Amino acid sequence: MTDRTPDSTTKVPVNVATSASWEYAPAPERTPVEIEDRYGLFIDGEFQSPRSRRWFDTANPATGQPLARVAAANEKDVDDAVASARKALPGWSRLRGQERAKYLFRIARRIQERARELSVLETMDGGKPIKESRDIDIPLAARHFFYHAGWADKLQWAFAGASPRPVGVCGQIIPWNFPLLMAAWKLAPALACGNTCVLKPAETTPLTALRLAEILQEVDLPPGVVNIVTGAGRTGQHLAAHQGIDKLAFTGSTEVGRKIAEAAAKGDRRLTLELGGKSPHIIFADAALDQAVEGIVNGIWFNQGHVCCAGSRLFVEESIQEEVVRRLEHRMRSLRVGDPLDKNTDVGAINNPDQLDKITAYVETGQSEGAMLHEVNSQDLPTKGLWFRPCFLTGVQPSHVIARDEIFGPVLAVMTFRTPEEALKRANNTPYGLAAGVWTDKGARIFEMARRLEAGVIWCNTYNQFDAASPFGGIKESGFGREGGRHGLRAYVRL
Amino acid sequence: MPQRIDVAKTWKLYIGGRFVRSESGQSFPVHHRRHGTTVHLCRASRKDLRDSVEAAKAARSGWSAASGYLRGQILYRMAEMLECRRTEMAEALAAAGSQPPKQRLDEVDATIDRLVSFAGWSDKIEQILGGQNAVPGPYYNITVPEPTGVVGVLPPDKPALLAGVSMLAAPLCVGNTVILIAPEAHPLPTALLGEILATSDVPSGVVNILTGRRADLIGHLADHREVNAISAVNLDEENLTDLRKRAAESIKRIHHERVTTPAWMKHEERCSPWCVEPFLEMKTLWHPSAC
Repeated sequence: MTDRTPDSTTKVPVNVATSASWEYAPAPERTPVEIEDRYGLFIDGEFQSPRSRRWFDTANPATGQPLARVAAANEKDVDDAVASARKALPGWSRLRGQERAKYLFRIARRIQERARELSVLETMDGGKPIKESRDIDIPLAARHFFYHAGWADKLQWAFAGASPRPVGVCGQIIPWNFPLLMAAWKLAPALACGNTCVLKPAETTPLTALRLAEILQEVDLPPGVVNIVTGAGRTGQHLAAHQGIDKLAFTGSTEVGRKIAEAAAKGDRRLTLELGGKSPHIIFADAALDQAVEGIVNGIWFNQGHVCCAGSRLFVEESIQEEVVRRLEHRMRSLRVGDPLDKNTDVGAINNPDQLDKITAYVETGQSEGAMLHEVNSQDLPTKGLWFRPCFLTGVQPSHVIARDEIFGPVLAVMTFRTPEEALKRANNTPYGLAAGVWTDKGARIFEMARRLEAGVIWCNTYNQFDAASPFGGIKESGFGREGGRHGLRAYVRL
Repeated sequence: MPQRIDVAKTWKLYIGGRFVRSESGQSFPVHHRRHGTTVHLCRASRKDLRDSVEAAKAARSGWSAASGYLRGQILYRMAEMLECRRTEMAEALAAAGSQPPKQRLDEVDATIDRLVSFAGWSDKIEQILGGQNAVPGPYYNITVPEPTGVVGVLPPDKPALLAGVSMLAAPLCVGNTVILIAPEAHPLPTALLGEILATSDVPSGVVNILTGRRADLIGHLADHREVNAISAVNLDEENLTDLRKRAAESIKRIHHERVTTPAWMKHEERCSPWCVEPFLEMKTLWHPSAC
């Protein structure tokens, strides 16, 4: 097939009988989850009404139904949270590492014990498929606490020749794509190293962080060691600019990351940023194609493409382009889009209306620039809620907006290359540098590509693998600092 | 009237392996306190800075891909060349005035030793800072440090040689390319350093040296998208905030420390792996393990 069609805006309906057209009986996850009407701010070990007296709704993106009212923290509320973390700091940082570890182990165990409840809540509040929250988000969150618990009494061995001390009070701002997992990524290393925290969850997904606050109460974590302030971007700005914090960690878009870095410029405070990406995914002709196609699917359609390291730019060696596109179309047909609580669902709801508008606009721009859209129209989408069909575009040029901007949705830009040099040049032609994927059967080529690809994480013959022991983070404008492993501890200690 | 008239040196910038005059056509006077003479140093402009960044960027791939063994030998060669010009460098330090001769030579000697020490890091830092990660599941998972890229270095006025060379050698030994901006009050030793680098097999563009007014350059350094990191010490609160704000646009890494003048003499502390680590990015590789 050719890359371009005469009418580039034509959609390609794929009506062939596929696995997606098989009748599946609904298989909803039925674990009941209690949700309070209102959630206050978690400060000094207690849930408190906000001084702002303002509240906002958090809704289920799959139904549009509000789930709870959540406090909107203002400047005074952030002040209170930082003061509480400051008050708790001497006790927590002086507690023996061995004892700090026990609290973290308790948190890990409690997350495991309440795993299904947390998974359902995560899926309801954020829209991700239950099989992902159940099999990835929640188990990995527990894993992060368990892994870092073990570091708490071994810090003196982690940094060659140096004596690590806690940084102090940490402000931590997290996104909506992996709500509880991001909270764990931030809190676990900070607490293990003897710091106290003020965490700001994303506006659209605060519920699992607030459930974690209940867990912290259950395990008797000393009051003030972790404080959670909910709210929108303004709350985050207050926290970023607060002169009472010693370290700021932010995960989110590069656009907001710039504002956060500017807000945090004053005062001698540490900063780590885990920002956006436009990660290249390179498939050589000698790759194991079945596995590579699974890697592409996992790379772009996992979590509705709401993944900072999504493999959103696919580079296929020219000789296998037709084959890869054919297989990818076939595989796309078998993806089930719909009720995130259904155990068979592969692609859930788009997290929020703004994001849905953004993704829609990008796909329209892509077509108007001359790329050809491939998507499956055979399956009806639910009438309520926020949905976007997984898709990919061919005939994409490097200058196209969809090949340059982070879309943060289930949209893949497919391009081709002829030589490894060309693949590298095109892959690295981006201000981002978070992750990259390479598929080839040649060992020597894997290592050379991995060396020369400009990214913090390189997945070789795999994609989207994460673990608490494995450092994650970007280079260039994808941010700085690592999370996970020994390297992730570095942001939370002074040497 | 002396029998022979001295041939005085024209001081230049060192950009892309060449000694060049400033595009600005301007210079600034530096009074040699001991000799009572005045020399003129180039006042680098924004254009000179941009040329330096371009040269540093072009030199990046070659320098970072060079083996640690080779980089180590080149840093060691820098030490050899400085040893040869030990008294000349001490004279350049004398321009700054107050130090007694013994102290000036001590600073040069400490600088030579510092270079030798950093030369050794170039093929060892991976084993100290990298490693294999124990992930559950059938994967090979390793983390290796890689150089950040182009680094702007802003050394303090004192110690005029030792601080600048320590701050240069840390990013340099692990494969970064550098734009070194000489301390404004005591630029002569840094300007002379260019001549040592030029005879040490440091590839063109790997180190670029600018003299001039900090205020002319520092903002543009922070703004430049191709500069990946800036290393600075003892900036005042206002300058540091401004630097961080401007660096935010390109997500630049700012490494800033407060270091007292005597602390630069603490050899072990000033060439620990944690002096090098701020100029490294950790790259993590995953590969499945199966038959």
